[in-house]
Amino acid sequence: MTGLDAHLVTARGDDFTLDIQLSIAPGETLALLGPNGAGKSTTVDALAGIVPLRAGHLKLAGRSLDVPAQDHFSPPEDRSIGVVFQDYLLFDHLSVLENVMFGPLASGLRKQTARTVAGRWVKALDLGALAHRRAGQLSGGQAQRVALARALATEPDLLLLDEALAALDVRTRSELRQVLSRHLADFDGPRLLITHDPTDAFLLADRIAVLEGGRIIQVGSSEDIRRRPATPYVAALAGTNLLRGMNSNGSLSLDDYAHRLQTANTSVKGPVLITIHPTAIALHPTQPSGSPRNSWRTTVATVEPLGDTTRITLADPLALGVDITPAATAALKLSPGTPIWASIKATEIAVSPAAE
Amino acid sequence: MKDRVRDQQPRRRVRSRAPWQLVVLGSIGAAVFVLPLVGLATRTPWSRLVELVSSDIVVDALKLSVTTSLIAALICLIVGVPLAWLLARTEFPGRRVLRSIVTLPMVLPPVVGGAALLFALGRRGVVGEPLNEATGFLLPFSMWGVVVANVFVAMPFLVVTVEGALNNLNARYEVAAATLGASRLTVFRRVTLPMIAPSLRAGLVLAWARALGEFGATITFAGNLQGRTQTLPIAVFVALESDRDTAVAISLVLVVVSLVVLMVLRDRWWSRT
Amino acid sequence: MTRGVAAFVALLLVCGACADSADDDTVLVLAAASLTDAFAEIEVAFEGANPGIDVQLNLAGSTALREQIFQGAPADVFASANAATMQAVVNAGDANEPQLFASNTLVLAVPIDNPAGVTGPGDLADPDRLVGLCAAAVPCGDFARQALDQLGIEAVPDTNELDVRALLTKIEAGELDVGMVYATDVAASDLVRGIALPPRAEVEIVYPIATLPDGSNPSQATAFVDFVLSATGQQILADFGFGAP
Repeated sequence: MTGLDAHLVTARGDDFTLDIQLSIAPGETLALLGPNGAGKSTTVDALAGIVPLRAGHLKLAGRSLDVPAQDHFSPPEDRSIGVVFQDYLLFDHLSVLENVMFGPLASGLRKQTARTVAGRWVKALDLGALAHRRAGQLSGGQAQRVALARALATEPDLLLLDEALAALDVRTRSELRQVLSRHLADFDGPRLLITHDPTDAFLLADRIAVLEGGRIIQVGSSEDIRRRPATPYVAALAGTNLLRGMNSNGSLSLDDYAHRLQTANTSVKGPVLITIHPTAIALHPTQPSGSPRNSWRTTVATVEPLGDTTRITLADPLALGVDITPAATAALKLSPGTPIWASIKATEIAVSPAAE
Repeated sequence: MKDRVRDQQPRRRVRSRAPWQLVVLGSIGAAVFVLPLVGLATRTPWSRLVELVSSDIVVDALKLSVTTSLIAALICLIVGVPLAWLLARTEFPGRRVLRSIVTLPMVLPPVVGGAALLFALGRRGVVGEPLNEATGFLLPFSMWGVVVANVFVAMPFLVVTVEGALNNLNARYEVAAATLGASRLTVFRRVTLPMIAPSLRAGLVLAWARALGEFGATITFAGNLQGRTQTLPIAVFVALESDRDTAVAISLVLVVVSLVVLMVLRDRWWSRT
Repeated sequence: MTRGVAAFVALLLVCGACADSADDDTVLVLAAASLTDAFAEIEVAFEGANPGIDVQLNLAGSTALREQIFQGAPADVFASANAATMQAVVNAGDANEPQLFASNTLVLAVPIDNPAGVTGPGDLADPDRLVGLCAAAVPCGDFARQALDQLGIEAVPDTNELDVRALLTKIEAGELDVGMVYATDVAASDLVRGIALPPRAEVEIVYPIATLPDGSNPSQATAFVDFVLSATGQQILADFGFGAP
């Protein structure tokens, strides 16, 4: 099969092992999402050929690149993996065009041909005006586009974006997300996007694999990740509230809190994983009328504007994350310490059986 | 009208903020370098300078010094840069020992270096003897002996400078180049070398300057013969015995040449090593 | 911190003065390099006979020593390998009346096994042999050239060494086939063999010694010179191959 087929087993230092399976079809974008220390850079090193595998295999576009059992190892220059690095790593002593030409030249094309190929990519990434500028004199966003052009110009079998947006400020990052989104769609091969930012993953990837402690703990579409996070970490990543507790006929006792909740689901009994979506929690200045079975008085802990929503976290008795509109935030005059009433409909509290 | 305004507003002089202790000590430091040069300048027979500098002895020594130091610098470049690369980028048993040995000529008295060269490459030397018997080639008492002595004392400067630059270079650039398909040699040629170019230039000039000024190893290994092995520093020493004016004139030539080269490179070297 | 620096500087200056103390117990002797071994033995003998006196030997080429004296080096005695050098110092008023204390002759030196089969001074003109002389500017080289003139030989040296010890070492090591050195050098070395020059090569090599008026220990300086001229001193010199003055 073409595309990426990898089972990466390797180590970093004495105390960290990576053991993950990745398979990406041509034309598919997989995001590898995880915190620092999860093994993201180790994954990049293993794929690029900087660190050999201890076990497992790495096959790309039908070719074996690293198979320890057969003592087969292709060095980085033979792998045809285009990498876009977080710190760009442009060759500052060369111009933009010369940077993009570097790969084609290295593969043996004549200078004129390489220049034509590079010129095409320079144009595609909207870098025409900068073609002869020294690479060391570019802004962050410009440099990242050059890095992308440079990687794409080699027509690689796999496009690997290693925290490609991390070094940019918020506005440039969202601009570049658009650029990436467009060019990823044009790239025929498999694409692996490595990031710690869930927004990048949700917006750019077809599937997301969550990496933690050297293992993939969940793979799925962004919907899967948000709706059914497998661990509190993934939930926090996706912004969903995840709790553990016991369900006894709809009455939930919580492992970590004294507070009790009511769910409409009475079929799942015993130890449960409780999911409450941030948009399912309503906030009121006074005790709500009507009959939400879950309502309680609390205080606002933090207020975090995130563009078109605002993330509120609540303090005791139950720390939950709530997503509301900025208008509502303003109307309720919410700030840390504001007393507030929270309510959740019993039907909005999802439970699933928890492993013991 | 304008003059009156200028007179009424003398230029303001703000008191210097340098601590006097540093000024005093720093001035003594400066004197260490400046006084010998002043002494040299006062002893120079300026009226006869041109005549002295164009004498046979000086011209022969100058041609020999320039030729051998340049050849030595070239050899240092061709052999020293790969050595620095091996020390900085590869692992092999004994690497640390090799690194120490490479810097040895910097601390060894040059005469000791010359003697060591004689033991190794002289006519009865470990390598020199079989070489001489096989090919008839002899390094001592020849211009190539001067070159070898120069390379021995000068190469450490190049290797140390380049190795330092390689160690300071972000190795990830080389990784990026490899992912673009460049072989290790191509990476070296098109990425590593250009990125360390300023340090390489500085190291090369340093090595050349060291070779130009070499005395002890040259005279011990290659000997002293006008036109063949008598370099400028040796000519100075010989002239000191009998003809002080010539000695001073040659010294002046050496100092001026060195000063010019160092000043041209000062900015690149001080700020970028 | 400044107090510390000031104290350090004061200490240095005081110690700089320390070096000049104990003038009465030190005799500083400048001697030509060819006198190295003989004078080392004379130093031991003199110090043995005069306990409490420290002889310090400064050995170098005669012309280098002459320069040091002209530049004001603090010395008590000057022993030169060259009458002309001594005369220059006397003329400048930097040396008292010199006396001759030894003589020397020139010989050819070859490595002990004489691999190049050198037989006489004529071989110095052979371009195929590796020939060494002292540089013309040093006494050894000056004498050698006088001798070669008298013999009518045009030598083709491959090197003009800056002092006779360096020349001797290279012959000992077999790096040179032949060189012209002093008889005393050959006597002192186990690794070279001497070949005498024909009697036609008459070069007068005499060694004058003199006390220096600017020395700091004139009485001991005179005592040293007397010792060198005494029977004991002369015997030591003869043991090392020097001739009578």
